[in-house]
Amino acid sequence: MADRPIKVLIAKPGLDGHDRGAKVLARGLRDEGFEVIYTGLRQTPEMVVSAALQEDVDVVGLSILSGAHMTLLPRIVAGLRTQGLDDVLVTAGGIIPDADVAALQEAGINRIFGPGTTIGQVAEYIRSNVRKADGE
Amino acid sequence: MSGAGTAPGGDLPGVTATGAERGRVLAERAAGGERLALARLLTEIENRTWAGEAALRMLYPRAGRAHLIGVTGAPGAGKSTLVAALVGEARKGGRAVAVLAVDPSSPITGGAILGDRVRMQSYAADSGVFIRSMAARGHAGGLATTSVAAAAVLDAAGFELVLIETVGTGQSEVEVAAIADTTVVVQAPEMGDEVQAIKAGLLEVADIVVVSKGDRPGAQRAASQLRAMLTVGAREDRAAAGRPRPKRPEVLLVSAVSGEGVVELLAALDRRFDREARAAGGADRPIDAQRLARAEAQLSGVLSERMADRLRDPRRAADLRAAARAVAAHEMDPYTAADRLLESL
Repeated sequence: MADRPIKVLIAKPGLDGHDRGAKVLARGLRDEGFEVIYTGLRQTPEMVVSAALQEDVDVVGLSILSGAHMTLLPRIVAGLRTQGLDDVLVTAGGIIPDADVAALQEAGINRIFGPGTTIGQVAEYIRSNVRKADGE
Repeated sequence: MSGAGTAPGGDLPGVTATGAERGRVLAERAAGGERLALARLLTEIENRTWAGEAALRMLYPRAGRAHLIGVTGAPGAGKSTLVAALVGEARKGGRAVAVLAVDPSSPITGGAILGDRVRMQSYAADSGVFIRSMAARGHAGGLATTSVAAAAVLDAAGFELVLIETVGTGQSEVEVAAIADTTVVVQAPEMGDEVQAIKAGLLEVADIVVVSKGDRPGAQRAASQLRAMLTVGAREDRAAAGRPRPKRPEVLLVSAVSGEGVVELLAALDRRFDREARAAGGADRPIDAQRLARAEAQLSGVLSERMADRLRDPRRAADLRAAARAVAAHEMDPYTAADRLLESL
């Protein structure tokens, strides 16, 4: 099933209410031919994990601007692993200081996209790194 | 691979086989309540794989117990909000609920924004609720081609209520009525005048019409107008006996924001389902006329899908091309050509 659409969950964990970026990205990825599940604001790590599981997504994209990324993002990765979703690509974007990037990657975030990243770059990264067609 | 446990890095722990075997394992685990297996099985169904089909064959005998509720209506009418409110109400009674939410795919890129979860996320982490979004993937009519199969899988997985939310529809996407036990049409109060209510199409297939946003001014009036127009001619006309008749829906006013009318809606849904089951004599798997008509519709849907698949089989490409050439040269008319191709299947 090489040409099945790639499914991406775009989630906003934490308490900031700024989802313009997440929506622009969701829209942009739609135009790149992805099926994008958008879950809205103020998601707990548990909500993000169960949405990723129920939707069986290939990618979880997390947008966070509140500064709580060091707490929330590792908890989401841990939750995904507990549920058996270790093959899901996890990316993050928003306001994440360079100093935190290494620690987050250590915690299992596959890629952090800073301000100025283009949608094309995100799409390209996903296409080249998403799990290969499973099963058959 | 061990039969169970959580082997890291794998697809689904313990599932490595391909095709039918993978389908069998997914079906067993999904029916046994494993949520990850259910999610992965739904992906197989969506992608129309052999694994998905093998699983469906196994699960079909277990389906037929859930109340399949179709929720349809125009974009922005309040379908997702209503579905979320129904989920909340059903959860108060401890009932397991699944939601299948269909959104449109881009005809240009194939991409989609599936945004129905936004209204339902408060139930995301509730283990008695399973929400799955589906892109229509080019299928017109308000659903995806694979929605029927996905609903059957959720049914077999033991959900008591399966809510199927369609794409935001126009006036005539009535497909959901062919797969749901009960069809709810959601209508926002600003629907236009009474003439809209007597036009053919969507409202005709409703078992229940919900006037949403019941807290808005004019909602009460819209509900009365609909009630008046939709119940016209409700008395059985003996001369028309045996002829197909549009349904005579109940009209309910609901405000999902205040919660007003949600209890009544769920009660109305339950009443309808009970009545249907009783009408069929309370058998284990009731078969009444409506159910039979739905099965017929599904069967002919699969039949045309299968025929189309076989016609598009690469081994048949030469026949198809030869026939097209004959039609293009006006040596043969398209009807004869089509008949010959069908006979050769």
